[in-house]
Amino acid sequence: MAKRAAPEVNAGSMADIAFLLLIFFLVTTTIETDSGINRKLPPMEESDEEVVIKQRNIFTVLLNGKDQLLVEDELMELENLREAAVKFLDNGGDGSCDYCKGEGDKSSSDNPDKAIISLKNERETTYKTYIAVQNELVAAYNELRNIRAQELYGKPFAEMQANYKDVNWPGNKEKLKAKIDQIKVDYPQKLSEVQ
Amino acid sequence: MSKFKKKKSGDMPAVNTASLPDIVFMLLFFFMVATVMRQNTLMIDNNLPFADQVEKLDKKDLVMYIYAGKPSDNFKQYGTEAKIQLNDKFADVNEIAAFIAAERASKREELIPFLTTALKVDSDANMGLIGDIKQELRKVNALKINYTTKKGTVLGRD
Repeated sequence: MAKRAAPEVNAGSMADIAFLLLIFFLVTTTIETDSGINRKLPPMEESDEEVVIKQRNIFTVLLNGKDQLLVEDELMELENLREAAVKFLDNGGDGSCDYCKGEGDKSSSDNPDKAIISLKNERETTYKTYIAVQNELVAAYNELRNIRAQELYGKPFAEMQANYKDVNWPGNKEKLKAKIDQIKVDYPQKLSEVQ
Repeated sequence: MSKFKKKKSGDMPAVNTASLPDIVFMLLFFFMVATVMRQNTLMIDNNLPFADQVEKLDKKDLVMYIYAGKPSDNFKQYGTEAKIQLNDKFADVNEIAAFIAAERASKREELIPFLTTALKVDSDANMGLIGDIKQELRKVNALKINYTTKKGTVLGRD
C-alpha cells in the first residue's frame, strides 16, 4: 500500500485569532510609568520655636508665573542651576567641612549640613518647569553624593543604593546601609518649599 | 503515457502563511508581559513631564494615584482648566481627604505609614492646582509623595 501523506490542517484562521487577542491587549492595557521624583511634604503643625537661619545659608530659587528662574536675586537659565546649586552646597565657608571642594567663600553657605535650598513658585508656574527645577536640584545633591561615595568607598552613590535595593546582591547589606547613611549625613538633602 | 504528468507552468504557488500566527503570538506575548491592565479610564490629558533623577516606585499596592490635567477631547464640556481625577471621575480639591481615607481603609493597618501618593500631573498644568493638592495632603498627613515622570532629559538638554 502506498504511503499517504497526512492531510494538512488549515491554520489560516489562527493568525486571525491571535490578532484578535493582540488587539484586545493593546486596547485594555497601558505601559505604566512607575518612576518619579520622591519628596516628603512637611507636616502640618508648625513648631513654635523660631529657627534662625543665616541668610548666607539659604539658596533661594524663585520660579515666576512666566517660568523664569530667579536664583539668589539673579536671573538664571535652567542649564546653569545645577552647577550653581553644587557650588553653593559644596562651599564650606566656615571650614568645618573637610571634604568640601568649594571655594570657602565667606558670603556663601557654611557647610553642607547648614545649607538649605529654598524653592518658591507662583500659582501660574507650569508643572513641567517646576519638575525640571526640582530635577536639577536633586541632581545637584546626587552629584555631590556620588563624588563623596566615590572617594570614600570607590563606588558611585547611585550604584550603592541600587545594590541596597537589589535582593540578589551578595554583599553585606548592613555595612552598605551604614555607608549610605554616612553619605547622607555628609550631604543631607535640605530642600524646603515655601507655600 | 500519462505516467509522467507535465508540471503546470505559470501557476503561482500559494504563499505559506503558517508562520504568521507565530509572529502575531510573539507580539501578543510581548504586550502581555510589558503592560498592565488599565486601572482608571483617564478623562484628562496626562502627558507626564520628563526628568532624569528618578527613583523607581516599587510596591505597587502601596501607591495611591492622583491624576490631574485638563479634560481630554471627549470631556470638553467640563471646561479647559486643569482638573483633578480620582478613581474614574473628576473631583474637587476638598474630595482628596476622603479619597485618601478610603484608600487607607482598604489597606492593612500596618501598611498605612508606607503609603505613597503618586501625582500624575499633565506637564501643562500649573502649580496652583498642585499646591492645593499638596496642602490637602498635608492636612490628612499623607506626606510621602512622588511626582511621577517619564524618564528622559529635561527641557531641551541632551
